[in-house]
Amino acid sequence: MDILQLAKQNLLVPSGLTENDLTRVMGQLLGGRIDSGDLYFQSVQSEAYVLEDGIIKEGSHSLDQGVGVRAISGEKVGFAYSDDIILPALEQATQAARCIAQAQQSGSIKAWTKSQAVRPLYVASNPLDSLSALDKVQLLREVDAYARRCDARVSQVVVSLSGSFENILIVNTHGHLAADIRPLVRLSVNVVVEEQGRRESGSAGGGGRVNYDYFTTQQRAVGYAQEAVRQALVNLQAVSAPAGLMPVVLGPGWPGVLLHEAVGHGLEGDFNRKKSSVFADRMGEQVASSLCTVVDDGTLVDRRGSLTIDDEGVPTQRTVLIENGILKNYLQDTHNAKLMKMAATGNGRRQSYAHLPFPRMTNTFMLPGKSEPQDIIASVKKGLYAVNFGGGSVDITSGKFVFSASEAYLIENGKVTVPVKGATLIGNGPAVMEQITQVGNDLQLDSGIGSCGKEGQTVPVGVGQPTLLVKELTVGGTQQ
Amino acid sequence: MDLANHALPTHLSALVDVAHYQKMVQQVLAMAKQQGAEQAEVTVQASQGLQVAVRLQEVDKIEFNRNKAISLTVWVAQRKGTATTTELSEASLKRTVQSALDLARFTEADPCSGLADPASLAQEIPDLALYHPWELSVNEAIAQAKACERFALDYDKKIVNSDGAELYSEQDYFLYANSHGFIGGYPSSQHALNCVVIAQDEAGMERAYQYTQNRQPQQLWSAEQVGTEAASRALSRLAAQKIATQHTPIIFNAETARSLIGHLVQAISGGRLYRQLSFLLDSLGQAVLPAQFDLIERPHLLAGLGSAPFDDDGVATQARTLVEQGILTSYVLSAYSARKLGLANTGNAGGVHNLMLQSQTSMTFAQLLQSMGEGLLVTELMGQGVNLLTGDYSRGASGYWICDGKIQFPVHEITVAGNLKQMLLNLQNMSDDIDTRGNIQTGALLVEGMMVAGS
Repeated sequence: MDILQLAKQNLLVPSGLTENDLTRVMGQLLGGRIDSGDLYFQSVQSEAYVLEDGIIKEGSHSLDQGVGVRAISGEKVGFAYSDDIILPALEQATQAARCIAQAQQSGSIKAWTKSQAVRPLYVASNPLDSLSALDKVQLLREVDAYARRCDARVSQVVVSLSGSFENILIVNTHGHLAADIRPLVRLSVNVVVEEQGRRESGSAGGGGRVNYDYFTTQQRAVGYAQEAVRQALVNLQAVSAPAGLMPVVLGPGWPGVLLHEAVGHGLEGDFNRKKSSVFADRMGEQVASSLCTVVDDGTLVDRRGSLTIDDEGVPTQRTVLIENGILKNYLQDTHNAKLMKMAATGNGRRQSYAHLPFPRMTNTFMLPGKSEPQDIIASVKKGLYAVNFGGGSVDITSGKFVFSASEAYLIENGKVTVPVKGATLIGNGPAVMEQITQVGNDLQLDSGIGSCGKEGQTVPVGVGQPTLLVKELTVGGTQQ
Repeated sequence: MDLANHALPTHLSALVDVAHYQKMVQQVLAMAKQQGAEQAEVTVQASQGLQVAVRLQEVDKIEFNRNKAISLTVWVAQRKGTATTTELSEASLKRTVQSALDLARFTEADPCSGLADPASLAQEIPDLALYHPWELSVNEAIAQAKACERFALDYDKKIVNSDGAELYSEQDYFLYANSHGFIGGYPSSQHALNCVVIAQDEAGMERAYQYTQNRQPQQLWSAEQVGTEAASRALSRLAAQKIATQHTPIIFNAETARSLIGHLVQAISGGRLYRQLSFLLDSLGQAVLPAQFDLIERPHLLAGLGSAPFDDDGVATQARTLVEQGILTSYVLSAYSARKLGLANTGNAGGVHNLMLQSQTSMTFAQLLQSMGEGLLVTELMGQGVNLLTGDYSRGASGYWICDGKIQFPVHEITVAGNLKQMLLNLQNMSDDIDTRGNIQTGALLVEGMMVAGS
């Protein structure tokens, strides 16, 4: 069976809904001043196991399913949803959604066209079934034991394993039918180390749109444990971070959260249609140093931020946002693309059937440059080398953004010296992008643990970058 | 059906069939017991809401929300399993019970695990007047949101754009039952109006928001207040400057000061204490704030935003003091974390309920600014640079530079840094302009000895 058949089987068949019912509901949704609309059927099965204090402490399972109904009239959007996938609830939600246009008469749609088959970027099998419960808890125990063996100073280990299996079916008033089946797994390790009364923490993890055996191959799971312990031990030696403007070298991979905050959000179509973004009306202009080419790519196989199709049924793509410093494209969903007379880029995403879709990132990263990473560090007389980060956030209107380092070192006379405590870095998106004066040849993507929040909705994303130098950035330490 | 004139139903029966839900949770508990659970608890949550957004005086979005979910936790020989579903059919409930029991076969025995002690469970459930549904039609909601944004747009010609105004009205029902025979439920409501506008000058754009939030619709601030304050805040942000890196006293306004007290609460919460993830381990009986401060909890305030008759374990909530004259007198504990720490349960499963910081010396906000003389007033914090294990604190900030107790100019693109343990002990004074819009309530706070990083 293809994905569409599978999704229909999982979402429509249990409640006896047929294509005829969907045609009728689409007819009810259309008409009057309603331009378009869609139904988003979704079921998500998820589970989580947590090991703490050396025992498997928590096991949980959840099932969430429903259908969201959206009606669009010009710039107006009406939305309602039901967590019962049954015809009466669906029709009621449809009536509510179309109140946006106060329309009385109904319309009709032409025959259904199935979206062109897109090659799936991940397996359609349920990751929850990919490992027995016994093997899942065994995996957690191994990670715990490994972390404790790494160093005698390890005093706490928390390991969590989670997985979800999502079926979605999208039907819209243009008569398109599309479906996706999405696995997602994640393993994370948090450790505390203690020495002479001082305690510090470290964390690491990874995952993607794969099955659980991802963690047992290439020793990934124990690799996370080792990495978490290494970070915590580094932090045991950390001294106070410096405060003020200085050159900052950002390591490869996860520090790409810089791009997510400094440019990614500001290039989302909704903010640019509303002209509330610092990047509004700057298409074709220089918004970063000419060393910078930034892309958003939802088509990377198996990655956490990837999607075969977005939540409006549009296939994802590789979108060049900034090319050699020039602003080239925004990230678009169908609604904002239409209003801006641009093409959708497959970035219409939503947290669930109970949320409206809008433009979101997938995997956002900077392409590699020519510099050797060690040369970049060697070029700095006095500055900061930051290699791991917690989260970040941005004010897309003023362009100000922050991101917080969780592992960083001083650079003194071109050499990485002592580790410093975590500090928040703050800057203005376009201004900081102009300050990128060296880009390394060592592009890395993150390990698959990122989530992005926007207007109360959380979706999985990826980031990445090569080593790069920001000539001047404000570092929020405590030492003058 | 003309939904535009349609209002959210305001009778409880339209939100939830209470008798049916009560019967359902009893059945689920019985099923769990029958299949081998020694203890079990069930939580049901249901909600419905209406959210209307307007932007530049046009309707942007109308959303109808309606959710329900049931969650079951079982214990077999002190091994725990949890399962949740949004489908409440009998077949689905059966699967959910089975799923929770299956999981309890793979988790391991935890001697501290299990329901709260029967004696601690709420014996009676006081009516805290938390349910005030708003008979609000879609058209009325649109009109209110438009009026709010209108006040903001008309405030000044430098208000050039808007992210819109939003009105939200929600009704919730919470039901908790466990195998000790406890069953308790109550409805509640929440309403909010917010507005975000953008001011612009030659230097660029600045956004600002204002919001009002209350359980009672008639207690919301007026559309005029929310709109004009959003606009005046945005205007006052224009032409912000970066300041030099320096040590300086800082006043956190009431809105941002809430987060400092929030960090204190997290650091004295059982989950962090037993995991040793707090900078306030073993701090009972020690000074965590200067002697002029008390921190009290009042769970039974009528119509309070954080009020609750019982906590998420079914344990009775009660008025109490957490910090008395600066000394920490009690942690924030659930049944589980209390057992882990060998302490008495404080009725805080799920968090605190109406926490208020009080100061023996009272002054107005203007007096607080005067008492600082020169320094930084922080009105916005950005990012997550708070390490609750070490207390290390470094966050993005914006606000105003204060000289002679008066606002001089807006400040942006800086960080404020220190260590929370010291910052809390270095609180100098609090103003009396308490921000009552949240579960944690405080006035503005003056903190000495922090580092500002700028240019």
